[in-house]
Amino acid sequence: MKLFEYRAKQLMAEYGIPVPRGAVASRPEEIASIDYPVAVKAQVLAGGRGKAGGIKFADNVAEARSRAAEIIGMTIKGEKTKSVLLEERLDVARELYLSLTIDRGSRSIVLMASGDGGVEIESVPEERILIVSVPLFGYSPFLTKLLKSRMGTDAAVTQQLEDLALKLYKLFISEDCELAEINPLVITRDGRLIAADAKITINDDALFRHAEFSRDADDLTPLEQRAKAEDIAFVQLEGNIGVIANGAGLTMATLDILTINGGRAGVFLDLGGTDDPEKVTAAFNLMKDAKPAVIFLNIFGGITKCDTVALGVKAAVQESSIKIPIVARIRGVNDDLARDILKDIGIEATSDLISAAKKAVAAGGN
Amino acid sequence: MAVLVDGGTKVIVQGITGHQGQFHARSMREFGTRVVGGVTPGKGGSAVDGIPVFDTVLDAVSSTGANATCIFVPARFAKDAVFEAVSAGLKLIVVITEHIPFLDAMQFTTYAKLNGATVIGPNCPGVSSPGYGKIGIMPSKIFARGDVGVISRSGTLTYEIVNALTESGFGETTCVGIGGDPIIGSNFVEILSLLEADAETKRIVMVGEIGGTAEEEAATFISRHVSKPVYAYIAGRSAPPGKRMGHAGAIINRGKGTAESKIESLEKAGVKVAVLPTDVPGLMKKGR
Repeated sequence: MKLFEYRAKQLMAEYGIPVPRGAVASRPEEIASIDYPVAVKAQVLAGGRGKAGGIKFADNVAEARSRAAEIIGMTIKGEKTKSVLLEERLDVARELYLSLTIDRGSRSIVLMASGDGGVEIESVPEERILIVSVPLFGYSPFLTKLLKSRMGTDAAVTQQLEDLALKLYKLFISEDCELAEINPLVITRDGRLIAADAKITINDDALFRHAEFSRDADDLTPLEQRAKAEDIAFVQLEGNIGVIANGAGLTMATLDILTINGGRAGVFLDLGGTDDPEKVTAAFNLMKDAKPAVIFLNIFGGITKCDTVALGVKAAVQESSIKIPIVARIRGVNDDLARDILKDIGIEATSDLISAAKKAVAAGGN
Repeated sequence: MAVLVDGGTKVIVQGITGHQGQFHARSMREFGTRVVGGVTPGKGGSAVDGIPVFDTVLDAVSSTGANATCIFVPARFAKDAVFEAVSAGLKLIVVITEHIPFLDAMQFTTYAKLNGATVIGPNCPGVSSPGYGKIGIMPSKIFARGDVGVISRSGTLTYEIVNALTESGFGETTCVGIGGDPIIGSNFVEILSLLEADAETKRIVMVGEIGGTAEEEAATFISRHVSKPVYAYIAGRSAPPGKRMGHAGAIINRGKGTAESKIESLEKAGVKVAVLPTDVPGLMKKGR
């Protein structure tokens, strides 16, 4: 789960990491007099908000309120802005980059740092980025030496840097982060180190240990949020064929097969390893509300038995007369039973994957 | 011989009294696996389908001589379950449980490695060696004994491909589902080296997907250390960047982990890459 900038900064402040003084507002009237000038920053999860006009500046309360009125409600990369963060403007001497993330290959937490902050880290040449695994036992002083040499910081800043890196590491571990990124990490003209921007992603699977984030917003569409509540993997894409399959790999392969045959998947819905017909019904209802041109059901029964899926589909179709055409391909455990159940509600299921995919593409009209 | 699971494998099931644990303990036994015990704290002394249940892994190991475990316990208890298994001296630990926090997986995979134990998973379907047995949840019916070794990051997609292989007259030595999470105990490379060393395995099928660089690392390993023919399928060619495609590991991040990059590196290493999952047996027949 991605956190909004203001929430990420609150969290960093709780761990003692210096952040700019600021206040968050969801309505212009909420803005009181604070120290000016300020930056008025849209609180959205999408990147590139500056270019999209989501960051403006103000010299007094009246200006701040009118800038906030312009930004709140603005749509940035499909995401509606609900609040703004007002922040003191820093007197910037240098901009650095610092982050912690999870590395699959080394199965460890990786520290990334660069003297080139304030730009997307992807645009910085690899030889100018420090990438080093943090020992599983915790932050160790050699990392500070590497940071110092990569960033070229003086003694006073290096000391602040070590303190900040230690705190960021503690935050990362304690809050089960997937990513904790500070870009830019600013050195002010008076020599202070401040986290001018903050990106934190919490590991979804660890949210059971962090109930405090449960009410925070996420970058999900309303249907994706509904799916999350019902524990169904659901992703909205651009096309018009709704795909329901079981297992992430099989679902992805199904999308690929549709694409190769000239179709485009609009919604990706993975039943996972459920064997509960009610969950299948819930999934089908979600799919119906996503309004695809055709629903392509591709099941290889194992843990999820084919007849369970068929019963769930039958209940959904009978409950709320679905008008969307359904193409079904059923294979694996109890597929004969499943085909009979689907036949009862007028769905002719095949066992051949490729011909079923072609049929779905034709029904989708592209 | 097969790899990981063979005639000497004696398995316990951690979480045997749960719905999944009970069902799959039975299915493993029906497939020929020696399921010698189960563990559920507080239920020691009882039995599930005649399989004795113990309170601790240590009790189960000392009473039964088990050397492998299959873990079904809920995600929030999984780390402790792996620690317990490693501490009891088990050397093969198959973690079926999904939705385990990354930090937990990092800790238990590292701890297992320090103690010389192999972890398969988490979030995996397990290991099946037809003729010997299986640890995990793969459907028994799709397998036949043969000379193909299979490694996969996926579950049902593996069943699809194994089923197609078996229907085309091929059979398997061992099929290993390594799991779809970013942090897993054994990667393609570890399993490839086992299959390369296994005399019975004559050819290898690799099922990968978008996300991470495990397939690229496998390609490098194959070009240097694998003499057997390797066939592959990569899922997620049509996946857009930044969207997590069901598996926590299946995401194209920072331009890395695309299907194109994986297919290109595998083909460079001499691997035949199938366009459709159902094309794998056909490719293999051509190579025979």
